[in-house]
Amino acid sequence: MSLSQEEWTAVRLSIRVALVATLVGLPFGLLVAMALARGRFWGHSLLNGFVLLPLILPPVVTGYVLLILFGKRGPIGSFLAEHFGIVFSFRWTGAALACGIMGFPLMVRALRLSIEAVDTRLEEAAGTLGANRAWVFLTVTLPLILPGIIAGMILCFAKAMGEFGATITFVSNIPGETQTLPSLIYTFTQVPGGDAGALRLTIVSVAIAMLALLASELMARHANRRLDIE
Amino acid sequence: MTVAVDISHRLGNFTLDARFETVDGLVALLGRSGSGKTSIINTIAGLIYPDHGRVTIDDVVLIDTAREIFVPPHRRRIGYVFQEGRLFPHLTVRQNLLYGRWFAPREAGTDFDGVVELLGIGALLERRPGRLSGGEKQRVAIGRALLAKPRLLLMDEPLASLDEARKAEILPYIERLRDQARVPIIYVSHSIAEVARLASTVVLVSDGKVAAVGPTAQIMHRLDLFPLTGRAEAGALIEATVERHDEQFGLTELRSHAGLWKLPRLDVPIGVRLRLRVRARDVMIATSAPSDLSALNVLSGRVSDIGSPHGAIVEVRLDCAGDVLIARLTRYSVERLGLAPGTPVYALIKSVALDRRSLSGPIRGMSGADAAADEV
Repeated sequence: MSLSQEEWTAVRLSIRVALVATLVGLPFGLLVAMALARGRFWGHSLLNGFVLLPLILPPVVTGYVLLILFGKRGPIGSFLAEHFGIVFSFRWTGAALACGIMGFPLMVRALRLSIEAVDTRLEEAAGTLGANRAWVFLTVTLPLILPGIIAGMILCFAKAMGEFGATITFVSNIPGETQTLPSLIYTFTQVPGGDAGALRLTIVSVAIAMLALLASELMARHANRRLDIE
Repeated sequence: MTVAVDISHRLGNFTLDARFETVDGLVALLGRSGSGKTSIINTIAGLIYPDHGRVTIDDVVLIDTAREIFVPPHRRRIGYVFQEGRLFPHLTVRQNLLYGRWFAPREAGTDFDGVVELLGIGALLERRPGRLSGGEKQRVAIGRALLAKPRLLLMDEPLASLDEARKAEILPYIERLRDQARVPIIYVSHSIAEVARLASTVVLVSDGKVAAVGPTAQIMHRLDLFPLTGRAEAGALIEATVERHDEQFGLTELRSHAGLWKLPRLDVPIGVRLRLRVRARDVMIATSAPSDLSALNVLSGRVSDIGSPHGAIVEVRLDCAGDVLIARLTRYSVERLGLAPGTPVYALIKSVALDRRSLSGPIRGMSGADAAADEV
């Protein structure tokens, strides 16, 4: 089994899109998860609902909202393009944004659960030893939620690898730019004689998903061993 | 160093209203569970923001609600040993011990090896907290707090979660800490035995308020405070010097103002000063010199005070040549013997009642006597 040039491009693009979506999403995810797990503020439930929204909405709707907001003439899209030169519409960056938004609720959920499981009395103890809040977060909270971070990243990555509806609605299906693995499989199923290509890419998808799961399993086991939870 | 606390704080139905000042040495906050002891030290540590009040250490204001001053916990340099240890599970013992050092002032201070040796935790350094026994965890927690170079050390019932054997394992380390580390300690406990053994000053806390403050023996000897300190364990404190070991019968002789005490053999060098706790329920009274008696300790004195009776029971305080003894008797006995303040009496105490659990380690730096450093 060998992949064509076109198929390789889609695989590479998918991995890049999913990695960028996961890595860029992580700091935001940590921030939101901390706010949801620890914060007591007006609009707490609103924020929670907003973050979970992409999980419940039809992906096409999410993609369409992105198109309206982040498109060339959209309020956010035009602002970013003008001031920072960041363009999303019909670019691979747009695919990463769509995948990131779709994976975000899963990541936040995993992070929030692990933050809520942290014994805050340990953080209190770190405070009495002289650590300010930033140091407490870096030296106590972060290491303790490491298994949750790994789980959240894997979930987000897997979701991003498989994202289809929002991506194709927002940035279309342009070979070499926004044609990710699922989009190409879809394309193959739409043309006569595309079955073989669709099958090859399906196998590739399964392989990548299995590898990601195995990697997360190994990392989580390592992290747990460090915490002596066996 | 003086720690001055004057706070009031509401926690649901419970009102904390505490005011006291402490000086150097080991100060015990003694009181029943739920009396507000832990809330007081949590306020000193900065874990509770009180409704009203001030907390100062010498000239440093930590809390002054009137001036809206609240120094955050990490800037107070107050060490805290929690009841449950609270070691960081993701760090080794060594890393736990060194945690506070990142943030402590750089100038010379507590050295790592010294603290490790003081607490006997050298063999544990590369282990993780999950693999330590309860007693080991508490010793590491004490070391971790000390190495952050605190100006004051708070200890919240550090022995409460341990069994008797583990308590006995840690007590000598706390005594060494008190005598050698030169850090003032505020020690929360509900156990009279612990407080009698460790404290130089007692702050008696009851129902969110400070009922009494004073030197340990003085508080222990006040009959009117027994309902608060706990009658069952009530007793007197006697300072005595090891005079002789009787190898033939396996006895040790101690001398105090009251006279000579015979105890089961102690592993303490001659000349060492100890604090002996004599529980009121272990003391018998006779009005004439008894003979043909198994009890080895017969001390003469006078009745100095008779407490208010509770049921059939009443506590009687004796003055034995300057030493205080307390006896728990029935009202009937007091009546029968015609006891009244001034009555000359003999106090009888069985030697086996004075077991080593009622003894402190060698007293150093507390009453000026500097004895050898061996532990009991």
